Amino acid sequence: MPRLDPSEPKGAIEALTTMWTIRRFEEALEDLYSRGMLHGTNHLSIGQEAVAVGACGALDEGDFITSTHRGHGHSIAHGADPELMFAELLGRDTGYCGGRGGSMHIADVGAGNLGANGIVAGSMTLSVGAALSQHLLGSSAVVLCFFGDGATNEGSFHEALNLAAVWQLPVVFVCENNQYGMSMASDLSTAGESVAARGTAYGLEGVQLDGNDLPAMFEGVANAVAAARDGHGPALLEAITYRYRGHSKSDRNLYRTQEEIEQWRTERDPIARFEARLLDEGAVDQEAIDTARQAARERIRDAVKAAVKAPEPSVDVLEEAVYASR
Amino acid sequence: MPAADTTDRIEGPVSTEVQTTTYAKAIAAAIRTAMQDDERVFMAGEDIGIYGGAFGVTDGLLEEFGEQRIRDTPISEDAIVGMAVGAAITGTRPIVEMQFSDFVVNAMDPLVNQAAKLHFMYGGNVEVPMVLRLPGGAGTGAAAQHSQSLEAWFAHVPGLKVVAPSTVQDAHDLLFAALLDPNPVVVVEHKLLYKREGELVARATPGDSPATIGDAVVLREGTDLTVASYSLNTHKALEAAEQLAAEGTEVEVVDLRTLRPLDTETVIDSVSRTGKLLVTHEAPAAVGIGAEVVAAVAGSRAFDHLLAPIVRVCGRENPIPYAPGLEEATIPQTEDLVEAMRALAAEDV
Repeated sequence: MPRLDPSEPKGAIEALTTMWTIRRFEEALEDLYSRGMLHGTNHLSIGQEAVAVGACGALDEGDFITSTHRGHGHSIAHGADPELMFAELLGRDTGYCGGRGGSMHIADVGAGNLGANGIVAGSMTLSVGAALSQHLLGSSAVVLCFFGDGATNEGSFHEALNLAAVWQLPVVFVCENNQYGMSMASDLSTAGESVAARGTAYGLEGVQLDGNDLPAMFEGVANAVAAARDGHGPALLEAITYRYRGHSKSDRNLYRTQEEIEQWRTERDPIARFEARLLDEGAVDQEAIDTARQAARERIRDAVKAAVKAPEPSVDVLEEAVYASR
Repeated sequence: MPAADTTDRIEGPVSTEVQTTTYAKAIAAAIRTAMQDDERVFMAGEDIGIYGGAFGVTDGLLEEFGEQRIRDTPISEDAIVGMAVGAAITGTRPIVEMQFSDFVVNAMDPLVNQAAKLHFMYGGNVEVPMVLRLPGGAGTGAAAQHSQSLEAWFAHVPGLKVVAPSTVQDAHDLLFAALLDPNPVVVVEHKLLYKREGELVARATPGDSPATIGDAVVLREGTDLTVASYSLNTHKALEAAEQLAAEGTEVEVVDLRTLRPLDTETVIDSVSRTGKLLVTHEAPAAVGIGAEVVAAVAGSRAFDHLLAPIVRVCGRENPIPYAPGLEEATIPQTEDLVEAMRALAAEDV
């Protein structure tokens, strides 16, 4: 059973709160960065919240995700604690990776988050292996593999899809098509009709989803997860979405227009759309929405406050941290 | 000492009696025992099933363990190794056979950026217990893309462990050690070793293996000079040492066995006694394992005991060529070692 049900008020508010938490998390990072408190770069997922929340909400306890360099939203949607994420990004000892990973490597393997990955398409083949081990161990767990449109031109994308398909493994591949690689438009970099259409090559029905429509994302992924869990093999889903911010901190947005960004923000924003829909359907009232926003804001504010106070890691750990020992 | 019929495969678990068998069969016996011992162990690779592997190492394993655990893969090295990483971090213990070590170049991302990094990068919250077997080396007329010795690449990467057993017993025992290790271990296997025979005490369980990753061994004691090597070249060094012995020169042969972590202490000890060092491997000298050994000795107490400049006898700085004469000239031969040892022994002290 999916752990979230956005079709009923409680689930809807939970999904909305998580989307706001992601957005506030990313905004807090921008703030920390502008104040010189963040070391290194980061990749923000503002505008893509419905993909992460809809997809992860369709998973059950015990399922796994793999994530990307733009993975903060995936981690939060999969249940990560924002305080430990901030601590990681601030390079603190208490962070998810003890300050050794940073923005691109948030992982919480025990909780089923097999990690964000700094290599484009790098986690795709790993997701196949995670699914294989679940199969071999007799578990019914499913692996949800996030990747971007840029990843679909890596060999790993094709090798992973092929291997998952020939072995009929329970992997749900979710392409987060936010229209651009770093600066290259997806339609300039990617031959063929669409990412989803590439599924045909591997005997998969590729499905396009509106990645800015939370219920649509949830439903599309939930269907694929249920099929994968029932032994019907992998799925390829393409979530159409958009990133509002630049690729990373060095991005001057030279490859797209301000009008284009504004259009997505004003007409297709995933959070605004979901709120409008909930009000329109009478599922929740404005007060409940305000409460959700406020809860997210407070959670993030408290998380930042706690994380900045956390201690920095000791250099002494470096040598012994390289290898696991028994 | 009862010599077993080497045409039979070794069933595991087996008696602890000494038997004569091949390097390939010793590996197969270890895999078999490990798979019987632990259901989480599985194998993946190209043509390892019905074909039995390009070098016959996995012959019969499909029959015994079935296609779930002996997994023939598509020709997708990136996916094979990446899949193994994903499987290793979620509760199983993959053994991957790369058909030729050269092909692992197609899988450097999952090996170097994933397997080697995850434990460190994810704050110690994950272990990557996988074994990657790499049949490498020249001498088979397979030319430049099927003959390389790339071990220095892997040994250069913190997070990986690299073993390169030379003896039948070590091929068996170090595979167990690799499987029991919670880290990704690259096993370098020279293709010309597979049919080489030697003595084996087959272990009843992986835990019975006394081998430890990171320990070199002195295979031949000597007083006049030290030779450090690994894999096939250890045998060439031992053969050359035999010839030198006939001439009255006693050569000590150190088999490194593990390339990362590298047991430099055993070499330093030996050189401190003999005062002379020759390092040999099939890979090119430049930026090779030998360079690391030499640097360790030069920076150690053994420096004060050196009686002559250190010598390296390694592969030439060219790709492995096809024509037999060219191939032979590219990699160190026993005669090259005899000559180099003789010259080093004759250095005035």
